[in-house]
Amino acid sequence: MSDKKEVDARFKKFGTVSFTALTKTNDFITYLGEGKIMGTKCRECGMVFFPPRADCYSCLSGDMEWFPVAGTGKLLTYSKLQYAPVGFEGDLPYSIAVLDYGAYKVFGRIAGDVPEDQIKVGMEMKAEANNLPNGQINYVFRKI
Amino acid sequence: MGKVAIIGVGQSTFVRSYPGSIRELAFEGFKAALQDVKMKTADIGASVICSAPEYDKQRSPAGVLAEYLGLTPQPTFYVESLCSSSSMGLRTAYALVASGLHDVVAVVGFQKMSEISSAESQERMGRGADIQWESPFGTMMPAYYAMHAQAHMAKYGTTSEDLALIRVKSGTYGQGNEKAVYRKGVTLEMFSQPGSPMAGPVATPLRVGDCCANADGSSCVIVANEEKAREFSQKPVWIMGLGSATASVNMAGRSSFSGLAVAQASAQQAYKMAGVTAQDIDVAEVHDCFTIAEMMAYEDLGFAKPGEGKELIRSGETYKEGRIPVNVDGGLLSKGHPIGATGGSQIRTIVLQLRGEAGGMQVKDPEIGLVHNIGGVGLYGNVTILGR
Repeated sequence: MSDKKEVDARFKKFGTVSFTALTKTNDFITYLGEGKIMGTKCRECGMVFFPPRADCYSCLSGDMEWFPVAGTGKLLTYSKLQYAPVGFEGDLPYSIAVLDYGAYKVFGRIAGDVPEDQIKVGMEMKAEANNLPNGQINYVFRKI
Repeated sequence: MGKVAIIGVGQSTFVRSYPGSIRELAFEGFKAALQDVKMKTADIGASVICSAPEYDKQRSPAGVLAEYLGLTPQPTFYVESLCSSSSMGLRTAYALVASGLHDVVAVVGFQKMSEISSAESQERMGRGADIQWESPFGTMMPAYYAMHAQAHMAKYGTTSEDLALIRVKSGTYGQGNEKAVYRKGVTLEMFSQPGSPMAGPVATPLRVGDCCANADGSSCVIVANEEKAREFSQKPVWIMGLGSATASVNMAGRSSFSGLAVAQASAQQAYKMAGVTAQDIDVAEVHDCFTIAEMMAYEDLGFAKPGEGKELIRSGETYKEGRIPVNVDGGLLSKGHPIGATGGSQIRTIVLQLRGEAGGMQVKDPEIGLVHNIGGVGLYGNVTILGR
């Protein structure tokens, strides 16, 4: 047995290409693997964060608890990409979007099987965990 | 606190691919500014070097550029706020001069984007957003601005043709700007003809014609206190107002997508400091990295009410002869957008306008001008108001 502490690089799994390995919010990835999209809530002052944060800027507490992104969110805006940055060419075409859940908003992708002519600003959608073909994991927005 | 002036401006020609190194590129804008004010390098007390990182092999470009420009042993340092880097450099120079620490400061902006491929550049620019939570979804600048266009259209009924009208105006003036990358006229038909390069989809609803081009370029602005301004310049242009703001990098932290909060906040600060309102602005340079960015700028700066920016372009009021001429040098859409050099180029245009030296693009007798320079997708905002 090695004494060497194993590096917790779970966040490398996030999205088609992840640009972050080490973060205190690594549990997000484990939850995502279980089909749950989670944000954080400050146990001291009750501030709610999505995307999740390890630190509360309001009261400076680091005491956070996880909460699930539940229910539906209203589509605030989106765009369908016909051109992609390096590493994402194989995903084209795909749409990025923002959902408004009221207490917080969620940025992500619209599920590839939602036809563009059925996407309307203002429609209700639901965020769901999603396994990518390259073994990575993200979440996508689906029609209700 | 004493007055602070801009006494010299210069820029290189913006080109697709500059056949030289970054220090040589920076020299072009610097040389033009020094020749403009007829000053020697020894007259400059400090330099502020501005660009967006990760395009160059050179680390810490400030020292290298200062040496090549002949600005050693004076102090130099690097200022970065993505596409608004050189406006942030001007803000920094203002503070250095107004505090009395230096009499004259050179703000040098540069970017050699052609060091890397267009796709790599999109990836770099995309990483000017939230790399932990957004970039893994495959984001890029055109798509972020496209989300704003989509929201603006849904909320206000703005159309793709309205956006194309902004590009047509840009082409009108880009043709006459010898410093611009794209010097051809643009027609509305180019956006409707199938197969036309302008009509090619990038990220809905934005098309190729809605996007500015990457470019290599440099710019330089020489800032001075009142005493030095009177000594060196017949026509000093005074910095009347400065506004600067930041917003959430993550789109999930934004309250609106039909305007940029940083532009609204920066404009309010700058108007207040200058003691003027939007109605007092005679000529403006706005950050039209995309057509929708100029549309939002009309509204964020108060040239039009929210949702009424489209009326401004439809009626031609932002043309040279209109109520509020905007980007009559062709803007970023025609000039190209060498990130770190862009703000300095916008400032140069307004300074030339206020001095009555803008040539074919001269607006009739302007007294007060405005520069709106945005970094990232409304992550950083800078609004500067200049007067004769």
